[in-house]
Amino acid sequence: MREFLTSQFGVSVVLAVVVFAAMNGVVAYCIYYERKIAAWTQDRPGPNRVGPWGLLQPIADGLKFVFKEDVIPGHVDKPLYVLAPAAIFLVGFIGFAAIPWGGKLSLGDRLVEVQVANPDIGLLYILGVASMGVYGVVLGGWASNNKYSFYGGIRATAQMLSYEIPMGLCILVVVLTMGTLRLEEITALQTGYWLGWIPQWNVVLHPFAFLILFVTALAESNRTPFDLAEAEQELVGGYHTEYSALKFGMFFLAEYAHMITGSAFIAVLFLGGWHFPWFAWTQPEATQWYAVLAKIVVISVKIAAFLFVMMWIRWTLPRFRFDQLMRLAWKGLIPITLALFMLAAGLLYFGKHRSPAWALAGNAMILAGVMVSAALSRTAVTGRQTNLPPVSLLAGRVGVGVGCVPDAPL
Amino acid sequence: MMKDEDILIVDQPDLGPAERLYLPQILDGMKTTIGHLARSITGRTLTVQYPEQKRELRKENYRGVHRLNRDADGRVACVACYMCSTACPAHCIHIEAGESPWPDREKYPVKFDIDELRCIYCGMCEEACPVDAIELTHEYDLVGRTREEMILDKEELLAIYDETKDVTPRKNPKITGYPRSGDPSHHAQQTELEHGAPVE
Repeated sequence: MREFLTSQFGVSVVLAVVVFAAMNGVVAYCIYYERKIAAWTQDRPGPNRVGPWGLLQPIADGLKFVFKEDVIPGHVDKPLYVLAPAAIFLVGFIGFAAIPWGGKLSLGDRLVEVQVANPDIGLLYILGVASMGVYGVVLGGWASNNKYSFYGGIRATAQMLSYEIPMGLCILVVVLTMGTLRLEEITALQTGYWLGWIPQWNVVLHPFAFLILFVTALAESNRTPFDLAEAEQELVGGYHTEYSALKFGMFFLAEYAHMITGSAFIAVLFLGGWHFPWFAWTQPEATQWYAVLAKIVVISVKIAAFLFVMMWIRWTLPRFRFDQLMRLAWKGLIPITLALFMLAAGLLYFGKHRSPAWALAGNAMILAGVMVSAALSRTAVTGRQTNLPPVSLLAGRVGVGVGCVPDAPL
Repeated sequence: MMKDEDILIVDQPDLGPAERLYLPQILDGMKTTIGHLARSITGRTLTVQYPEQKRELRKENYRGVHRLNRDADGRVACVACYMCSTACPAHCIHIEAGESPWPDREKYPVKFDIDELRCIYCGMCEEACPVDAIELTHEYDLVGRTREEMILDKEELLAIYDETKDVTPRKNPKITGYPRSGDPSHHAQQTELEHGAPVE
C-alpha cells in the first residue's frame, strides 16, 4: 500500500480524487463568489441569510437542485437530452488532469509530480478537451427541440469555433517561445529572473498574446461580454432553457469549471503557474511537502484573481451583438494573433525568443500597427454596416427608424 | 404634418482609434464598477435589510392598516353610523349596529369587519367618520395565511389601537359620540368641536 501510494500512479489517483472532490466544492462556491461580486458592484450586500455571511448559500442551492423535480419535457430527444449535461460536466472537469498544481514532491526517496497526468502533449490535451466543451452546448440546444435553445446552441458553436483560432494562435506563441508542450516544463521554464529580479513569466515577453488569450478564454467559457449562448433577455437562458433540477445545475457548474480550467491554463502559460517570484519555496528545486502546499496556494490565488477579473468584467460590460462578436474575432483578434505568431516565429529564427527587449519591441510594433489601421478605417459608434443602400428621411414618414428604409421614390 | 425643417438628421459619430481598440473604454467602465465594489465591501451598501431594519416612513401621511379607536373610558368609539362603509369605494367595511348599552349614544357596532384584502387604503373612511373612531395607522406589514385571516373583526381592530395608541394617539379624543338631546354636556361638546379646546 505504501509502495503504491508513493508511486507516481498512486499520487495521480489520489490527486484525481481530491481534485475532483475539491473542484465540485470550489465550483459551487464560485457561484457564491460571483453573486457576492455582482451584489457589491451593484451596491448590495449579496447573499447573507444562510449561515454566517451567507456562506452556506451554495449548499442550500445545491440541495435545492438535488430535490427539485427533474422534468424531462415530452418533446425532447431523450438520450441526447440526458447526455448533454453529462458531456459538458465531464469535459469541464477532465481538463483539470493536466494542470500542474504544485511542481515535484519528494516522498521518501522518490520524486513525484503533483499533477494527475503529465503527458508530452499536455497543452494539446487541454486544448482538445476545451474544444469538446462545445458538444454539450450543441447537444443541449439540439436535444431540447426548442428554437430558442437551438439558437443559443448554434450561436455558442459559431462563437467557440471562431474564438478557438485566436486562442490556438496565442498558445502557439507560447509553444514557440518555450519549445515544449508539457505544462510542468512550461511552468519550470518561467521561474528564472531577468536582471536578477524580473520574473521570466511569458506575460513579460508577450503581454498582447496574454490579453488576447484572456479574451478568448472569456469567449470559450461563454462569459460576458460573449454570453450570447445564454442571453437571458432574448433566449430565456439559451441552450439550458429546457433543463431543470440537477441537469440545469450541471450546466451551471460546468460553466464555472470551464472558467477555472481556463484561468489555470492562462496562469500556467503566462503567469508562471505555481511560481511566485522572490520566494524560495515556489522554486522548482523546493520539493518538500510545505513547498508543494505553498505552490498550490500560489496557483489557486492566481486562478481566483482571474475569476475575479472575469466576474468584474461580467458586471461591467454589456453583451456583444452577434455580428460585432464575429467581427471582433475574424477582423480583430485573428489578424493580431497572426502577427503575434509571426513575431514569435521570427524571434525564434533569430534566437531572440526569450529576450524581453526584442519581444516587447515587436509587441509595441504590432500595437502601433493596430492603432494605425484603426485610425485609417473609421466605423460608426453603432458598428452598423456602412455599405447599405443610401437612406433618406421623408416628410410624412415619421416613425420609420433611421437607416431602416432604403431610398424610395416620392 | 411634420415639415422637412423639423427633421434633425444626426450623423452617427465616428469611433476614435482609442475607442476602436475597446480597451481604454473598458478600463474606464471597470474603474467605475470597482469603485462601487470597494464601497460595498466596506459596508456602505444601499440595501435596507428589511425585517431587521425598517425605512423611515413619512409618518404624517402614510396610510396603513385600520384601527378602531377607544374613547376615554376604553369603550369602542364607533357609533355605528355607517358613514365609513358608505364612503368606502371598495365596499370592504361591514358593520352590524346594535342598541348601545351606554347612555351617551344610541347605537354601537355589534360587528365591525374590514376586509383588508379588498381595502385600497384610500383613507375615505377616516375622512367620513364623524367621531374619529376609524383611523389608518402607519403599520404596513400586515400578513396572513388565508383570506379569512385578512378580514379583521372588531376585537382585532381594537387590538391594533391598543398596540399603536402610544405611537400615534387618537386624533380627537374629546369626541365620543352623538350626545343625546337634552344632555347637559351637549353644548360644551359642540363648543369644543368648533373651537378645539374648552374656553374657561
